[in-house]
Amino acid sequence: MTASDVQSPDDIGSDQVNVTCTVNGKPAAFSVPPHRTLMDALRYQLGLTGTKTCCAEGECGACTVIIDGAGVNSCLMLAAEAEGRDIVTIEGLGAEKPRGICDLQESFLEAGAVQCGFCIPGQVMAAEYLLRTNPDPSVEEIREGMSGNLCRCAGYQRIVAAVQMTAQKRAIP
Amino acid sequence: MRYYRPVTTVEAVAALASEPQTSRILVGGTDLLVALRHKAVQPKLVVDIKGVQDLSAPITVDDEGITFGPTATMSDVVAHPVVREWFPALVEAAVVVGSVAIRNRASLIANSANGSPAADTSPPLVALSASVTIASVSGERTVPLREFFLASRSTLCGPGEMVISMRVPRPAPGSSSAFERMTRRRGVDLATCSVGAVVDGNGAMTVGLGAVGPTTLQGGPVAPVDLSSQDEMQRAIEALVATATPIADVRAGKPYRTAMIRVLTRRALLRAAGRRNDRGALPDVLGGSSSSTIQADPTIGRRSS
Repeated sequence: MTASDVQSPDDIGSDQVNVTCTVNGKPAAFSVPPHRTLMDALRYQLGLTGTKTCCAEGECGACTVIIDGAGVNSCLMLAAEAEGRDIVTIEGLGAEKPRGICDLQESFLEAGAVQCGFCIPGQVMAAEYLLRTNPDPSVEEIREGMSGNLCRCAGYQRIVAAVQMTAQKRAIP
Repeated sequence: MRYYRPVTTVEAVAALASEPQTSRILVGGTDLLVALRHKAVQPKLVVDIKGVQDLSAPITVDDEGITFGPTATMSDVVAHPVVREWFPALVEAAVVVGSVAIRNRASLIANSANGSPAADTSPPLVALSASVTIASVSGERTVPLREFFLASRSTLCGPGEMVISMRVPRPAPGSSSAFERMTRRRGVDLATCSVGAVVDGNGAMTVGLGAVGPTTLQGGPVAPVDLSSQDEMQRAIEALVATATPIADVRAGKPYRTAMIRVLTRRALLRAAGRRNDRGALPDVLGGSSSSTIQADPTIGRRSS
């Protein structure tokens, strides 16, 4: 730390930010340096390592979470911005289910959409957001909605199939 | 780096004025966070304006036009029924920005305020005669967007200043607009070149040109021509792209851009002209009239409570 980094009482803003928010339905509180991304805070402060770090610049979607109902890249958001927000991570989707995974995750397994698995938490979160906003998507709409999520195993066909399968399951009352 | 979340515009501009060269405004963060990660910018102060209570609302419609606030996201723009009807070119540009997760955060105003010549939404906004209002500790001023861009990454919004709203006038009766973009791959890419075109009820044509100069450029207006005449169209297109000075970069060479900006201009003009009697008929991939594909989240990117 250089002398210019030391905060003076006259400085505007803070160099340590206290955040209170809701994560997977439970209250969470943590203190972060301002530059820390939400992705890193979830992984290292809260231990929620299901949210993956990959490109860390909004290209790949591995860090996708749902915040106040919207799918976002947690690598492109400061943890400080999470103040007062309602965050759902991959850990929150199936927590209440017997096997610990939700219907969408079951579909990913059934469809064989999970290969190496690294991108899957982000794929599932993007798919969950898509299905919440568009419960009956066409194949084209699935491809568009999931276009921010890259899979290096190139398991795209089965990922699309898993999303379709889930939409059909959820359509049955 | 310090983080500051002001609750009034006065506080926000005072904070920016306290560190004019070393502060950065944070709205959607989709460009700033990447720049921070690569240490392309190293601000001492980040001013998160999403908590500012007296900012313009994300989207406000009146009889004369639409006012966008800094927290209007690309997803807000894409989902708004009046924006879709009045400014189809803007919707077509907003919907190709990044991915849906990026559009849920990315700010429309910041897309222009960043001053990138490849910004997707700036060409249609220039063609649609948008203006921006800039605030600082010494007051506010409003300037046309076409005069706002000074050079690559340089705008009239200087150190210590902040764009607080963008105004787009209601299109004249019988006019319409369209946007065309060329990229190396279909999604999550920057424009090789792009065109936003407005064709008036009488046929007068105006374009905004992206990624073919140091800034977003305006071409025209040019007088109406016979759209079915190859010669007349060619002359009009040459006049409209006369300001373009494309360079070679990682995305394309100069001759390719020079050729393609003309192709895109022709396509955008013909689509805008053809759309004049068919208001609101955006393609299905943009959600169509049912608007079920892409819905704006009601809270994200707006004022925090």
